[in-house]
Amino acid sequence: MAAASRNRARDKYSVLLPTYNERENLPLIVWLLVRSFQESGSNFEIIVIDDGSPDGTREVAEQLEKIYGSDKILLRPRAKKLGLGTAYIHGMQHATGNFIIIMDADLSHHPKFIPEFIRKQKEGNFDIVSGTRYKGNGGVYGWDLKRKIISRGANFVTQVLLRPGASDLTGSFRLYRKEVLQKLMEKCVSKGYVFQMEMIVRARQLGYTIGEVPISFVDRVYGESKLGGNEIVSFLKGLLTLFATT
Amino acid sequence: MTKLVQWLCGLALLGTGWATLALDPLGLHLPLPCRQVLWPFPVYLLVAFGCYSLATIGYRLATFNDCEAAAKELQEQIREARADLSRLGLKF
Repeated sequence: MAAASRNRARDKYSVLLPTYNERENLPLIVWLLVRSFQESGSNFEIIVIDDGSPDGTREVAEQLEKIYGSDKILLRPRAKKLGLGTAYIHGMQHATGNFIIIMDADLSHHPKFIPEFIRKQKEGNFDIVSGTRYKGNGGVYGWDLKRKIISRGANFVTQVLLRPGASDLTGSFRLYRKEVLQKLMEKCVSKGYVFQMEMIVRARQLGYTIGEVPISFVDRVYGESKLGGNEIVSFLKGLLTLFATT
Repeated sequence: MTKLVQWLCGLALLGTGWATLALDPLGLHLPLPCRQVLWPFPVYLLVAFGCYSLATIGYRLATFNDCEAAAKELQEQIREARADLSRLGLKF
């Protein structure tokens, strides 16, 4: 018993924050993260992977590093916009935690759910804990009817075709054991929404356990059409590829 | 076995089952009412699945939670964060 609680006390959570033009949001998300972790008493670090943002994100990140300490805020920037998958790989190379949390840096994911992720992970000894917008009291803010229809429709098709055992496949607010994420990154080949789906599908294939926590997704990017015809087509192509290859 | 192969196997199984009973290649001569039901069975299944899909998506759409409280809370916390960060020396 004592050994188990000592092991738990050694758990460290590395948050990977890929950023591109998040000068406004980065201080806010870091402040919320620090507060959530301090309230839960968990050991943490935040790894900011900025892809050469032209809006001054890196300067803001450097200020945050001074304020919170370079043991808590790790800056690991890259020269240009290189994509999410490689950002995760790059971030993990510098992570000293045994758990990795991935999330969006634009405040659509709220750090207050992280203690619940941690609790859920310990409760079921899960390899992965995935935030879901579709179950329990999970949900979204800022989506019109059309967006909701597309979201539920796409999720339904995905559930029928892939039977993945997780309710929210395109979500990107997750907690992974570090070695699990490393293994999955080796195997995943897709991009964009499909990449997040592929992670869950491959995880199931490899026998990893997945727990779920309802989360609220606050979409603040009003008026910007993030779901054009192109995105839907590439989503369907990616889904059919997963259907045929996994 | 990929999902695609699983589906193909399942469809092949159902397909041969239906063909054997409905098209009667073995000369079993099932009673006519049975064969009248069996014959359009694939279409029935498709329609039933279509109805199930619409109903499920409709239900999930209707119960899709709107997180008004979360959005308000976030706005308040943003104000709090900006004040606290200014105090800590952040230049926005």
